[in-house]
Amino acid sequence: MSTPAAVRYWEGELTVYKRIWFSNVLGSFVQPMLYLLGIGVGVGSLIDDGGGSTASLGGIPYVAFFAPAILAETTMMLCAQDSLWPVMDGFMWSYRYRSAAATPLGSNDLVAGIALWQVTRCLIAAGGVAIALLLFDDTRSWGLVPAIGFAVLTGLAFTMPISAWSASRESDKSFPAIMRFGILPMFLFGGAFYPVSELPGWLRPAAYATPLYHGIELCRRSVIETLTWERGLVHVGALVGFIVIGTLLCRRVFAKRLGT
Amino acid sequence: MQVRSPVVLVKARGLVKRFGDFTAVDGIDVEVHPGEAFGFLGPNGAGKSSTMRMIGCTSDATDGELTIFGMDPRTQGREIRARLGVVPQQDQLDSELTVEENLVVYGRFFDIPRAECRRRAAELLDFVQLGERAKSRVEPLSGGMKRRVTIARSLINKPQLMLLDEPTTGLDPQARHLLWDKLYRLKQQGVTLVLTTHYMDEAEQLCDRLVVMDKGRIVAEGSPRQLIEAHSTREVLELRFAAGTNDTGAELLDGIGDRVEALPDRVLVYTDDGEKALSAAHDRGADSESSLVRRSSLEDVFLRLTGRTLVE
Repeated sequence: MSTPAAVRYWEGELTVYKRIWFSNVLGSFVQPMLYLLGIGVGVGSLIDDGGGSTASLGGIPYVAFFAPAILAETTMMLCAQDSLWPVMDGFMWSYRYRSAAATPLGSNDLVAGIALWQVTRCLIAAGGVAIALLLFDDTRSWGLVPAIGFAVLTGLAFTMPISAWSASRESDKSFPAIMRFGILPMFLFGGAFYPVSELPGWLRPAAYATPLYHGIELCRRSVIETLTWERGLVHVGALVGFIVIGTLLCRRVFAKRLGT
Repeated sequence: MQVRSPVVLVKARGLVKRFGDFTAVDGIDVEVHPGEAFGFLGPNGAGKSSTMRMIGCTSDATDGELTIFGMDPRTQGREIRARLGVVPQQDQLDSELTVEENLVVYGRFFDIPRAECRRRAAELLDFVQLGERAKSRVEPLSGGMKRRVTIARSLINKPQLMLLDEPTTGLDPQARHLLWDKLYRLKQQGVTLVLTTHYMDEAEQLCDRLVVMDKGRIVAEGSPRQLIEAHSTREVLELRFAAGTNDTGAELLDGIGDRVEALPDRVLVYTDDGEKALSAAHDRGADSESSLVRRSSLEDVFLRLTGRTLVE
């Protein structure tokens, strides 16, 4: 009985994770709770009208609008961080990838294994957020189940392209800039805190071009149950596009880097 | 006694590796037979590591032929790697994990069942005298211990061929001798070793046969003894002169022995009788600060073949 190569690589990551699982799992729940209470409930109480809802958000409470976006925001942050320094580490500092490439595992197996591991990380993180969301009447919904899947897709849409970038770099000089000028603006302007329609017209297309916007739309509409098939396909298609292109780039860059 | 079977484990013909304009390996021919310890001796940048990566099937050859176990690395890299034990130049252990976990995780990459990985890990850690450290984390271990963990890890798949890239570079003498002993035992068990080194003593200790590499080419091949016999004299007289007077010292010694070589820090006189050469030098009034008569080594072979010393 042979185990698929990507799973064998994944087992290695899991062995490392076992050392930090408790604080990580706890954090996956605590951090979204802080967002939910601080922004969802706190800011919400300022915004919502007397009836506990906001007309400009389509008549739903602010917490129901904001909270589902935390799913996509969380996996984006997680995957962006996991795909910068840890990937460079695999090639240049701990040589983790080089070490694995000396075994029957090939570079494509590594890329698949990394993707599989990020899926696991996203499931844990999004699972923590979903549990937090279950605690609020406004976000307790069956839509949380598909939303976890959408959050995982969002994470992969970041992991694959960013890993390809990190794997092609000789230094981490560009990494802080990616976080500051790429990820953070998406976090703020990607439609989590207010609808993208509130942005100035010229800025909107930029928001539509980010994976985060599509991830947030999917998670939010799934939880508040306004997701149509047509909309869903468009947003999922956009995320899958990022994942496919990112994966192809990753496979190329990993093969080239490990071959020298 | 090892009986040399006619099978060739590694066979390279006109092997070339280029990185852009730079030619790291420039058309080498190599054959490694089962049970032997084969070495690539040369200074840093001679192309040894590039050659090792091609044999390890992690880097494609730019040109030439290469087969390992009779298979083609380009199409059967996975099958070949499954039968290799690789000890890279830098330790690639996961410092967060324990010694045992490192071996098990690595063993799983070969699709060896987890329980079997644990059983083999215990056995291999005993072999490298680290059985008691199985449950400790890798990070605080000494350089020599990490090296031994790496060797144990590379044996987890019971490799037929071990590739060791500079196995003892950076280790203290005691750790090196312990490691050599372990490698010697593996050789006795019939494991074929291919190693690179820029230490002549390491090559002399471990290798049955070696090639001397310089600038991507093989400049000589044979057993350590054959190479010394073919390219050097029996003995060497080393004389140290006051700083900056080596060249005048060398001129004075000209004609004594077979050959006189002036290095920045000393003058070497190649001769079959070192003591006689020393008294001849004194007769000529050579005013050296110190003198030493020793046997020829691979270092001298390298100097003779390339005009440069191995460790600069």
